Amino acid sequence: MILQSASVVHPLAGSAVEWLWLLPLLPLLGFLINGALSLAPAYRRGPDDPGHDHTSAHGHGHVGDATIHHTGASTDVVAVGGPVHSSAAAHGDDHQVAGGLSDEVRSHDAHHDVAPHDAPAAPHRFAGIASIVGPLVLVLSFLLAVAMFMAMRQASEVRAPYIANYFDWMVTGDLRISAALQLDQLSMVMVLVITGVGALIHIFSVGYMRTDPGYPRYFAYLNLFVFFMLVLVLGANYPVMFVGWEGVGLCSYLLIGFWFSEKANADAGKKAFIVNRIGDFGFLIAMFLLFANLGSLDFVGVAQAAAEIGPNSALITLICLFFFLGCAGKSAQIPLYIWLPDAMAGPTPVSALIHAATMVTAGVYLIARSAFLFSLSPIASLTVALVGAITAIFAATIGLKQWDIKKVLAYSTVSQLGYMFIAVGVGAYVAGVFHLVTHAFFKALLFLGSGSVIYAMHAAYHATHSHEDAQDMRNMGGLGSHMPWTRALMWIATLAIAGIPVFSGFFSKDEILGSVFVRAHGSSLAEATWLGIPGSALLYLIYALGVASALLTAIYMTRMMLYTFHGPNRTGATERDHLREAPWVMTGPLLVLGALSLLGGWLNLPAIFSFLGPVGALDHWLEPVVGESAMRITLGSVPHASHNTELALIGTAVAVAVLGIVIAWMRLKPAALVPKRESPESEGFERVLEHKYFVDEGYDRAIVQPTVGFSRNVLWKGFDSGLIDGLFVNGSAHVARGFGWVGSQLQSGQVGTYAWVLVVGVLMVLGAFTLR
Amino acid sequence: MLAESLFFSAILFTIGVVGVLTRRNAIIIFMCVELMLNAVNLTFVAFARQYGLAGQVFVIFVMTVAAAEAAVGLAIIISIFRHKQTVNLQNINILKG
Repeated sequence: MILQSASVVHPLAGSAVEWLWLLPLLPLLGFLINGALSLAPAYRRGPDDPGHDHTSAHGHGHVGDATIHHTGASTDVVAVGGPVHSSAAAHGDDHQVAGGLSDEVRSHDAHHDVAPHDAPAAPHRFAGIASIVGPLVLVLSFLLAVAMFMAMRQASEVRAPYIANYFDWMVTGDLRISAALQLDQLSMVMVLVITGVGALIHIFSVGYMRTDPGYPRYFAYLNLFVFFMLVLVLGANYPVMFVGWEGVGLCSYLLIGFWFSEKANADAGKKAFIVNRIGDFGFLIAMFLLFANLGSLDFVGVAQAAAEIGPNSALITLICLFFFLGCAGKSAQIPLYIWLPDAMAGPTPVSALIHAATMVTAGVYLIARSAFLFSLSPIASLTVALVGAITAIFAATIGLKQWDIKKVLAYSTVSQLGYMFIAVGVGAYVAGVFHLVTHAFFKALLFLGSGSVIYAMHAAYHATHSHEDAQDMRNMGGLGSHMPWTRALMWIATLAIAGIPVFSGFFSKDEILGSVFVRAHGSSLAEATWLGIPGSALLYLIYALGVASALLTAIYMTRMMLYTFHGPNRTGATERDHLREAPWVMTGPLLVLGALSLLGGWLNLPAIFSFLGPVGALDHWLEPVVGESAMRITLGSVPHASHNTELALIGTAVAVAVLGIVIAWMRLKPAALVPKRESPESEGFERVLEHKYFVDEGYDRAIVQPTVGFSRNVLWKGFDSGLIDGLFVNGSAHVARGFGWVGSQLQSGQVGTYAWVLVVGVLMVLGAFTLR
Repeated sequence: MLAESLFFSAILFTIGVVGVLTRRNAIIIFMCVELMLNAVNLTFVAFARQYGLAGQVFVIFVMTVAAAEAAVGLAIIISIFRHKQTVNLQNINILKG
């Protein structure tokens, strides 16, 4: 079945790596099982009254539920769609229903006045199987990945990627694309992160989503996502990668709109999907250009062909920029970042897995994977870094004034992704991947922690039948005393993302900023000019933006923690008694992620921290993949700052982080906050920040409304209704009818007239023959 | 002899055509059609003297068809009369478009 493409035997042949195909297939199996389960009705019909089983299971008079179940038309979420929608309509508030708890709980909220007594939410009847299958396939995948990692470590010297060709996918003319998987050091890192963090988030989801009527469907989507993500990082050529790329986009869409009965959620899913399509267009064009000009789409083949073309070619720059357009879409960079904050409409574990830890980093992976292309084009690389830097600071400023706890984290994610693009833009591919890994740890922790908070808030509001917003930080405050574990773990993640030493984020962020600074001299980037600006100056600007973003990061993260966990509680007097720590199935994964956030920095210690352990492990590990490309950017030398410069850089980074935390701690007064419903509208620049610079409104004016208007007035009413329907379809009918009318007028019914016409005709024919 | 015959048949045929075109009464039009048929028959017979018996055979056929046509045609005219109480073709235009 497996055809080894390399003529020489690969050092990994015969090891656990031979089971590479099983890695994506395990989540796919989980998808099939959970998908099949989700097709079954959510609740068993009661023996007494088959039409009203749902109602009896709850002891509620859910009119909508009962009717829909009576017809047997629906399985899960649709069944509670009616009540949820009515609740949203009553509130006019998308946050209220946008995240947090299951629909089941919400439908209780919505009908608490109908049913004063409170029945426990009934989980899906196959919830038991789904909670085993869903996480189990991920754990198995992770174990398999670890086995492969061990095999890879033990193998003597793995320079070339291990490529397994399974079958020819497309063979037409010169185009030959095989369904091939590739495992090298880079994809190994990605696989470990995806399956490892993914498994933890799956376990967390068991607690978070347990009572949702769409529980098996949730796990089906989540498993499918992991399958596509693994295809993305394991594909041996761009088309296979693109399959994964599109697949994760699909799963993202499905999961953002998981509670699709709420229009805001469905719209958020559509927005993500459409914005991603713009990026995917760039990816496709880049692939077409690659094939047309380089004649290959395999990573290995493209790398060889690109090396022959050499640096500074306009073609490679163009290809890289189109690839970067794809990255900007998938990884939420300016100008295509707008979908990510809206994507928070999905369940919080989804935000953690897809919109923080894995999928959104696919763009970073793509650039690191295509380092052999980007390193040939300083212009494209500088573009990547600059866009990353601008995105980092732009999103960080927005994060300063968000009140929704998940929105803060969303903008933080956009900002941190900007950092990763700075890294891969300046050719510090290892630093980018390093930050990707540590960010996966601490951002997953932050999101899952916020999930625990929302869970607790929702449970509290649910218990008292309150309609407050469970995600708004103005309604929180002082949660630390109720949920000490969550507070401690989220503080670890906050210190990590802020860049406090020995926490993981410090090392990765410091490495990125240091790499930018070092490359400002003696690199191909510094020597290039970008739109007339010397690369060196641009790199200093990027460094400055990076430091400024680090300051803002520390401020907005501390702000979030202060408002959530510290100060007086603003939840409400009666609600306060119902605030509880989340169950262990949710806190457990947080603990593991907390440990990883704390220790993740040991993956790649800088030389100056050699007393802590082995230096540059990730550098060494990824050297076979990106080493050559990184060298090309730094003109063949290992970039090295002097000891003092390095100390100064680290000192700056730490000082900025500490300063940010201190500023936030000193300036922000959680005690002065009032709950959301009593809060006044902010004014001036704060208002601009709270409304995200009105970018969504601007896009709406500049792009969406003109497009809609053009589509409606020109394409629909003008072209479709007017030209096609009016002129072509109805017009031809009118012409036919006109001819028919003329013909019918000839048909007078007067036989005499007919005879005259006949005779005249005969005479004319005879005359024509005679006179010829 | 041939010329006279043809001349006579042409006169008969023309009378028939003019009758069909000018008269309104269905019976008379019908008779004019018969006149045209018989003019043609006369032509056939006239030519048969010179070119063999095929013309005479054709005349038999035409007469047969004419007889059938007379039967059907008269039946139709009678039906029309029963329906409309007239055989004036100007008043009969129910097939108009």
